Amino acid sequence: MIKDALVAKEKKEDLIFWLKQMHHIRYFEEMVMQLLAENYVKGGSHCYAGQEAVAVGACAAIRKDDYITSTHRGHGHGIAKGGKLNELMAEICGKAAGCCKGKGGSLHLADLSTGNLGANGIVGGSFGIAAGAALTCKMKKLDRVVLCFYGDGAANQGIAHESMNMAATWKLPVIYICENNLYGMSVSVNRAASVEDLAVRALAYDMPYKIVDGMDVLAVKEAVEQAAERARKGEGPMLIECKTYRYYGHSRSDARVYRTKEEEKYWKDRDPIPNFAKRLIENGIITEDEAKEIDAQAKKDIEDATKFAKDAPYPEPEALFEDLYA
Amino acid sequence: MREVRYWQALNEALREELDRDPDVFVMGEDVGIYGGAYGVTKGLYEDYGEERIRDTAISEQVIVGAAVGAAMTGMRPVAEIMYVDFLGVAMDQIFNQAAKIRYMFGGKAKVPMTLRTQGGTGRGLAAQHSQSLESWFLHVPGLKVVMPSTPYDAKGLLKAAIRDDNPVLFIEHKMLYGTKGMIPDGEYIVPLGLADVKRPGSDVTVVAHSRMLLYALEAAETLEKEGISVEVIDPRTLAPLDMDTIMTSVKKTGRVVLVEEGCKTGGVGGEIATRIMEEGFYYLDAPIIRVAAKDVPIPMSPALEPLAVPSVQEIIDAVKKLYV
Ligand SMILES: Cc1ncc(C[n+]2csc(CCOP(=O)(O)OP(=O)(O)O)c2C)c(N)n1
Ligand SMILES: [Mg+2]
Repeated sequence: MIKDALVAKEKKEDLIFWLKQMHHIRYFEEMVMQLLAENYVKGGSHCYAGQEAVAVGACAAIRKDDYITSTHRGHGHGIAKGGKLNELMAEICGKAAGCCKGKGGSLHLADLSTGNLGANGIVGGSFGIAAGAALTCKMKKLDRVVLCFYGDGAANQGIAHESMNMAATWKLPVIYICENNLYGMSVSVNRAASVEDLAVRALAYDMPYKIVDGMDVLAVKEAVEQAAERARKGEGPMLIECKTYRYYGHSRSDARVYRTKEEEKYWKDRDPIPNFAKRLIENGIITEDEAKEIDAQAKKDIEDATKFAKDAPYPEPEALFEDLYA
Repeated sequence: MREVRYWQALNEALREELDRDPDVFVMGEDVGIYGGAYGVTKGLYEDYGEERIRDTAISEQVIVGAAVGAAMTGMRPVAEIMYVDFLGVAMDQIFNQAAKIRYMFGGKAKVPMTLRTQGGTGRGLAAQHSQSLESWFLHVPGLKVVMPSTPYDAKGLLKAAIRDDNPVLFIEHKMLYGTKGMIPDGEYIVPLGLADVKRPGSDVTVVAHSRMLLYALEAAETLEKEGISVEVIDPRTLAPLDMDTIMTSVKKTGRVVLVEEGCKTGGVGGEIATRIMEEGFYYLDAPIIRVAAKDVPIPMSPALEPLAVPSVQEIIDAVKKLYV
């Protein structure tokens, strides 16, 4: 007998899949940190570790042909939307086999074949794209929705408000997913915004909102499911604020002086991955050994993807001039 | 004299101006507790407090806009936009507001603000974090555009920019922050609108700014060994542009190579070349050559990024081409 209502709702294979996806993201990010430390990957990489339940829960609630728009912290979104690990890792490494032929790298991970309309180097840069993609869905009657992931920092860009107003006015099928990890780089939410819960801004656009535990993959999924159902019925956008935390610094050069060890520990204790594994074990979905196996398999998948990426060739010099115009 | 890094020189300039004038204040993303994405405002928050060193939300439009408004009404803001690429988010506030207010209002207002930012390639940060967009702003009368290449210039020019009564766009380079150079112990100013001959020479004039100045000097060094004497000029301020210094050199050498890290089309070089032709076509012994970035966005791949922008070798080749 499964006691946990949210677990009881789901199929065993799905639950296992989401656990594995979260492991994939975590191991992917650990590998990226390693590649950065080795200087194999240059440039910036914003790691998603800690926030896995948001991307996985949200993407679990939508269909394969639905769209997402991502952020500068986009590896997790790309994996959760079904991107191929090999191609994602190769892109991070700037290889020709990457999903953007090595031209975009971490900041611009995009995979149109999975409905991922792209990470973005511009904080807030995706709000307009999300509204536009939703406009396509509406005008072409595609029965699709758009998940617009954005951070607490991005919430303060003007275009966030413009996008929400347009989506609410035109009843566009956008689901705004605010990943409130308490900081935009070094600036805490309470120093950057006049409200504690960014979700309440939805009221300004007469848009429903919900605040969920972003460390709970099933809670995120449930909220996004409801929002997607509304959106598909033509009832317009909704805002879901997920309270979460990024485990690493903002980027590799960040000494994290703006937050405390106690706060970090508080959130590490809420780690979405071991807690979800434990929950599945407690509800008799998987055994402890199976949990270990899933973990080990995910780790191996990332090692394989990394080997693929490292072995893959860099783009040829001619690539510099390719793909500028359609 | 003492040796400092570029970022330290900028930090000193900010401190000296904060000390000198109570109307000066700093605002931008992560300029406070974090000390700036590239460390330029390190320690200022601790020393000057959060009233004068203001961490803002991620809202470029209002960072620039509030600087304009504060400047119009008696403050002297130094606003930081983390990457020149993000100026796009704030464009209206820069070119419709900051740049035009004085003129539109018949000279009755002034906008004494400094907008610090940084650009350029070199860190594998891809198309939205690596641009060199200075030429865009040359097309906007009312703005001054400053691009220091050395710690000495960085400090002196930033102080001049802060004291200037006009909106000044001050563009640093992400690969220069760690470079070292000598500066005087006491206070000094480098006036806006004055170019600098960074290396005298007699055969060819190379004009280069920001990081490309270092490339040009390296190229000049190599060419010297091959018997070509290159005069390297750093405009330092692109608007206003010191054509006198450039023309004095052109009259001497008759040969010109213009180097920049931005795209060739619509770039700074096109403007300087045309002005040279307008002011002294008859002094030229060879066509002017531009060495600039390829007309493509900056790719992330380490195999491609360096190919998108000029190399020292390209500058050397361009100079030699003047002789074939
Ligand atoms: C327009 C723009 N401004 C600033 C930045 C620099 N920057 C990149 S990420 C970031 C913080 C974003 O915070 P948030 O939206 O909360 O996302 P998080 O990093 O927490 O995932 C900043 C300031 C940028 N890339 N683009
Ligand atoms: Mg955040």
